[in-house]
Amino acid sequence: MSAPNKSGWKPEMHTGGNAPASPTVSGDRGLMLEEKLIFELGSSSNCGVDIDEPEYDVMPSLSGNLRMTTAPLPGLAEPEAVRHYTRLSRQNYGIDLGPFPLGSCTMKHNPRLNEKVARMPGFADVHPLQPVQTVQGALGVINELAHWLIELTGMYGVAMTPKAGAHGELCGVLCIRSALEANGDAREVFLVPESAHGTNPATAAFAGYRVENIPATPDGRVDLEALKARLGPDVAGVMITNPNTCGLFERDLKAISDAVHAAGGYVYCDGANFNAIVGKVRPGDLGVDAMHINLHKTFSTPHGGGGPGSGPVVLSEALAPYGPLPYTARTKDGVIHLVEEADADAFSEEHFDGKMRSFGRMAAFQGQMGMFTRALAYIRSHGADGLRQVAEDCVLNANYILRSLEDVLEAPYADAGPCMHEALFSDNGLAEGFSTLDIAKGMIDEGFHPMTIYFPLVVHGAMLIEPTETESKDGTDRLIASLRSVAQRAVAGDESLHGAPYFTPRRRLDETLAARKPILVYKDETDET
Amino acid sequence: MRYLPLTADDRSEMLAKIGVGAIDDLFADVPAEVRLDGPIRDLPMHASEMAVERHMGRLSSQNLSAGEAPFFLGAGAYRHHIPASVDHLIQRGEFLTAYTPYQPEIAQGTLQVLFEFQTQVARLFGTDVANASMYDGSTACWEAVAMAGRITKRNRVVLSGALHPHYTSTVKTMAKFTRDLIADALPTIQGTPDNSGLIARIDDETSAVVVQYPDILGRVGNLQEVADAAHAKGALLIAVVTEPVALGLIEAPGALGADIVVGEGQSIGVGLNFGGPYLGLFGCRQKYVRQMPGRLCGETVDADGRRSFVLTLSTREQHIRREKATSNICTNSGLCALAFSIHMTLLGGGGLNKLARVNHSRARQTAQRLAKVPDVTILNDNFFNEFAVMLPRDARDVVRELADMNVLGGVSLGRLYPGEEQLANGLLVTVTETTTADDIEALASALEQVLSGEAA
Repeated sequence: MSAPNKSGWKPEMHTGGNAPASPTVSGDRGLMLEEKLIFELGSSSNCGVDIDEPEYDVMPSLSGNLRMTTAPLPGLAEPEAVRHYTRLSRQNYGIDLGPFPLGSCTMKHNPRLNEKVARMPGFADVHPLQPVQTVQGALGVINELAHWLIELTGMYGVAMTPKAGAHGELCGVLCIRSALEANGDAREVFLVPESAHGTNPATAAFAGYRVENIPATPDGRVDLEALKARLGPDVAGVMITNPNTCGLFERDLKAISDAVHAAGGYVYCDGANFNAIVGKVRPGDLGVDAMHINLHKTFSTPHGGGGPGSGPVVLSEALAPYGPLPYTARTKDGVIHLVEEADADAFSEEHFDGKMRSFGRMAAFQGQMGMFTRALAYIRSHGADGLRQVAEDCVLNANYILRSLEDVLEAPYADAGPCMHEALFSDNGLAEGFSTLDIAKGMIDEGFHPMTIYFPLVVHGAMLIEPTETESKDGTDRLIASLRSVAQRAVAGDESLHGAPYFTPRRRLDETLAARKPILVYKDETDET
Repeated sequence: MRYLPLTADDRSEMLAKIGVGAIDDLFADVPAEVRLDGPIRDLPMHASEMAVERHMGRLSSQNLSAGEAPFFLGAGAYRHHIPASVDHLIQRGEFLTAYTPYQPEIAQGTLQVLFEFQTQVARLFGTDVANASMYDGSTACWEAVAMAGRITKRNRVVLSGALHPHYTSTVKTMAKFTRDLIADALPTIQGTPDNSGLIARIDDETSAVVVQYPDILGRVGNLQEVADAAHAKGALLIAVVTEPVALGLIEAPGALGADIVVGEGQSIGVGLNFGGPYLGLFGCRQKYVRQMPGRLCGETVDADGRRSFVLTLSTREQHIRREKATSNICTNSGLCALAFSIHMTLLGGGGLNKLARVNHSRARQTAQRLAKVPDVTILNDNFFNEFAVMLPRDARDVVRELADMNVLGGVSLGRLYPGEEQLANGLLVTVTETTTADDIEALASALEQVLSGEAA
């Protein structure tokens, strides 16, 4: 037996209070691993690749061009390199770890079959300038994907070469400008809604246009009457996102297109949100002249921490003749041609009744093949029926979130009806001194990637939540439960939110310092030079 | 459908919570007359993983891949051995399935990689700084031209005749819309780049001179001489590197006076991929950093004072500056930058130098062998791993005939410069560490057969 406990002693509980107060010697904290920079780990004499001994010396005629010293690049043996990047990877959040509801960015599951097919040697180990007789299968992928994109959008043609969404926007706007200038119709202005992605005005300006804003209606859509009033002989076109960045379908798009066409302009549609309507409605039926499709959004190619993307642009019959080189063309004998500068005229006769007037080349080679194979595998996997289900499920998930949280967060357009693939909230109603940023950082502590914040600009403290169709009901319910809790804390003025996140490899960062004194490369006095 | 987790029960439960009777009620804003009433006809329905793999496998098998034949193509895309660990590491879900690192507390992995990548690129190029990547070399080249225009407030651009013709075309396409004046030229068929001709074209209105190094014919010219001439007229020198492995052997452009250095990073870690995705590299002098396009990662500290990394100087970018941004670029080539960075870390400076020497050695061996083929002349006075040969007849035909014999013999200048008679007989031959002695012999003997008219 034991004597009665009168000392007040209690068994040790595993709480934070008993963790050592001082930092660990290593700097690591259990599975929270710190990692040095490669410049602090390796030296230029370390190497993780075995390379043959060269048999020939440097040719004498090159001797005047040689490096004075070895490039100051640190190397690591393979075990060290694998460990470095694996440790770094653990400081990242990805869709593979949980919901990643970034509105407008469409973070959906990346099927691993797509990774496998992209690595097939007939796609991954083929040179862009091989004779076309040796790359019929690769050209076949481009041609088949192009066919699907045309059918799914109800358009006339598609430019496959743009390297990402913004590059696709540029392609579409250049087509419009080329078509106008071909008719001697130089125009100066592009109309862009305030809610647009920043790439829209940047693209129009890059293509030489002056940008003017189109106002919105109180229900979050383009103001058709205001737009009509502004149209005129100086307006080259409009750039409209549909569904728009408030997550709403532009009901008047057909009427907008008709008005723009009547005024001699063209309609560019930002297709970033095509995933919400794929298989449900075709942009071609809404009078759109050009629309880029982010293969890394609608068609699931991985975002990879910031790319690569791929931005094919579907084009109307009026714009297709101005699309970029090169393009693929299947002739009746079944052969697929890559139409480059050399044979552009001949193919113009055969496929465009002599009207092909390409504005030229936008980039070297013929587009993002590695993304085409992944997107085609995704499209083939879903089929016409599955793609329609994609749109339905992503819209269902978003509306479920909208209706589950509208009692704790202000949803500015909730009364106007259903949303499409993303639910939009504002920070109106939070306690004094609390903002959208606090909710985002609180969500990080809850183990989720936050939603898109402060975009679109037309809503105060915007929170744009896009669950996508690959989120299960359980996953969405957990996301909702956490968001509800964090939102309630922000409404109640829970000061601890200001310090969030607490449970991450890093706390809030000093972004002002980074911009005021930019340190963009590693510098060390002791560097080998 | 294997990628869609919602069950029929889930769907009805959720519709009930939303307060609508059917899914189509959520699409009520789509006008009824354009709403599709079922799956688009004429398109196949969903397919199993096995069926899709079979379909894609069939398409893959309809190509002759580089590993299946003696292979000598380059001209802006190079086949190098990529260590197995590179592809393994870039497929870790935390890298592969992450977004642009807008929430730095949970993206330090990507951000530290970008900081390391920027430093590697800057050190390789000999520039003060580098950005977090562009789409590819050709678009990076145009962005450099646009940036030089902003810096010098001039709009006449002189392109070397030996700049990759796709890069030249890309710049000329964009210039049509920005009203920049582009002075371009064809490459001269001579052993050494024509610097005097290039320098003569630089004037007081020139914003930038764009020079590829090594150039499209594989020649390594005197970059310093062009830099001095450009600077004397107040113009910038933009150096374009399409084969970064060369910089393991030859001097970095930044050390030779280049103000902006751009390049194609595909050679290191990325692979051929039939032309994309590739990796645009972009470096420049510190004083021009606020005119740079694209994302930049910078060092800072967190609330606990620990070293951290974050995207910075974003007031240059479209999501902040909109129509006044330095570029419209948003998504770049993040995962390719990671692959580049891992491969470069495995190589290190010493490994890169050795790799470059092996490439050069094999190229010399190939040139010596091809010089013995009747009617074949080596053009270059010098080269790194790529050189031009002149054939007795149209090289486009020769390349096709070689392909019929299962030899991927190079890139014809006729493919790159259609309609230019004086270049039609030129063939670019590229040799890397992946080229074997058997490959070299196979090319030489196939070429002998094709040129002597003995091929089947």
